[in-house]
Amino acid sequence: MTPVTAVSPIKPWRPTRRDYIVQCGILVGSFLASYLVIENTGFAGRLPLVIFFGIFAITSLAILSGMKRGKEAAKDAVMAGAAYTGIFALLLPVASILWTVTSRGTAAIYSGFFTTDMSQDPFSSTLDVGGIKHALIGTIWLIVIALIISVPLGILTALYLTEIKGPGSALIRFLVQAMSGIPSIVAGLFIYSALISGTGRGFSGFMGALALSILMIPTVARTAEEVLKLVPPDLREAGLALGATQWKTVALVVIPAAKSGLVTAVILGVARIAGETAPLLFTTGGADDTNLNPFDGNMGSIPFYIWKALIDGSPEAASRAWAGIFILMLAVLALFALARFLSRAKIVK
Amino acid sequence: MTIADIQRPHPSPTPRNLESKPRPSDRIFRGIVALGGFSSLIILGLIAGYLFLRGFSILQSEGLSFITGYEWVSSINSDGSEGAAQSTYGVGAMLIGTLVTAAIALVIGVPVSVFAALYLTFFAPQRIKRVLVTVVDLMAAFPSILFGLWGLYVLMEPGMYVAELLNKYLGWIPIFAVPVPVFLRSPFIAGLVLAVMIIPIVTAVSREIFAQTPLDRIQAAYALGASKWAMIKNVAFPYSYSGVVGGAMLGLGRAMGETVAVFTVLNILYQANFKILLGAGGNLASHIILKFGEASEEEIKALMAAGFVLFLMTLAVNMLANVIVNKTGRRGR
Repeated sequence: MTPVTAVSPIKPWRPTRRDYIVQCGILVGSFLASYLVIENTGFAGRLPLVIFFGIFAITSLAILSGMKRGKEAAKDAVMAGAAYTGIFALLLPVASILWTVTSRGTAAIYSGFFTTDMSQDPFSSTLDVGGIKHALIGTIWLIVIALIISVPLGILTALYLTEIKGPGSALIRFLVQAMSGIPSIVAGLFIYSALISGTGRGFSGFMGALALSILMIPTVARTAEEVLKLVPPDLREAGLALGATQWKTVALVVIPAAKSGLVTAVILGVARIAGETAPLLFTTGGADDTNLNPFDGNMGSIPFYIWKALIDGSPEAASRAWAGIFILMLAVLALFALARFLSRAKIVK
Repeated sequence: MTIADIQRPHPSPTPRNLESKPRPSDRIFRGIVALGGFSSLIILGLIAGYLFLRGFSILQSEGLSFITGYEWVSSINSDGSEGAAQSTYGVGAMLIGTLVTAAIALVIGVPVSVFAALYLTFFAPQRIKRVLVTVVDLMAAFPSILFGLWGLYVLMEPGMYVAELLNKYLGWIPIFAVPVPVFLRSPFIAGLVLAVMIIPIVTAVSREIFAQTPLDRIQAAYALGASKWAMIKNVAFPYSYSGVVGGAMLGLGRAMGETVAVFTVLNILYQANFKILLGAGGNLASHIILKFGEASEEEIKALMAAGFVLFLMTLAVNMLANVIVNKTGRRGR
């Protein structure tokens, strides 16, 4: 018997361990060099350190691959460096935002923060009084009413585009896309000009919810359309072949099949409007006391609470603004996680 | 036994007519869905109609100077007392402010987004890519007031640092010159914040467009010995150029209509400021917010007219952008 040696595949294009060591060396060297530059010149701070590090690292990596594999490889290394810089420049603000909001957002939160409102205390008062009860109630009302208005309209729009494909489908699809780009301030201004200004009606939560619906409908409609498109046509044909009317097919086959996706569409819509501020400034009036009736009287909301705290300008108010943002961001993160979870569950099924 | 012997149980069936008319239940269903489907058309029409109607008197009396005028003076204060001698409404200065801040946002945001999208499409390992795409989506869902607050308290300092550097070394270029060294709350910093705000949407669109580059051509380029960059430059870019432009225009539309973040970061002064490092300026949307609280009846009308202009501008940019993106997208598939 001759011993059989197993042939292991070789991958000559993979970087060897030596390449990795050289690259690490270059990164460390660039960091040290940029540190020296920062120490010995007028530039100071973390920002120039990062910039110099990027410049040094990319140039030296480019020179290295240029020496090894020629001019084209050097260009390639520069552009790869640019791509990494791009994703770094994208992630830096996200990381900074998450970090700032978490580190500053908890200062104003105390035991009574969720159970008191701001009717007794100005925004500049100490952080152990006042709270966001009124804003929480207001935001929940705004979201509930906006849901009641925009979920049916958004899903009907999506159904019109996918199930009926009636006349003007292309136009509607185009307009929904364009509508998702209208500035939020225009939505608020429109509700103010059409329903509040000159009619004798005052600000109310309902008006704010109407303005938010304008922003929510296109988000829901576009996501719902994508989801309904994924429902296989076989299911529809099977429904019709069993003798069901189109209405029964849609209600009993198509919508149940796309259920989790439609819920995702609604959640993304809520995430879109939860933090909208500009339309509320024109429509809700922003009360500091708790108002349980969305159809009458000024109503507070978390974005408006942040806005008022921001305008106030005192350090205590700034802490309150960060606390409001913190809660808003937690809500958006939770909604997003939920949407991800649901859309993943759909794929597994 | 032959076929003819088989006794047919029934006489041969008579031909029958098939109805393709939908049943009443379906007709009701279709009617309701169509009504919902046309809601977006109705809403857009109502927005344009109402803002135009309310602002009509101002648009009529000001004429073209509403767009080109640099003065915004109200003759009546909000309490009804007489203010300045004669009221003039012209949004020209704020239109310039809108374009300047949006242009800064594009100049900074688009390269970052394109390179980030290149990384996501061609460089990132699958697992990292999935996480980062979620991060980009999440960033797009952050409320604008969050960006405003972050811009005011966090980005201001490094922004001013960069502004001072630009002024020190490139101050001989007119737009980087400043008459007085006030770098705080300048259009440049507002543009930086807007850049951060448009990066997620431009990145998302660019990534989708890059991902549609046909695989056979990518592989053909590699087979010819192209480096990754040569492949991107000669295959991916020509293929997705117009789509990326469309994505950038979507970002432009967003940057032009942004209200709260600009109001928070920028020192709103009614003047046409081309010196982007100087702390004064504004944009149309933030001007509307600023004036709204203390406006008289007549000034409200002028603000409606300004809103109408803003609506038309962003709608036009968005529609154009969508046309471009959709065209590229279809060709890609």
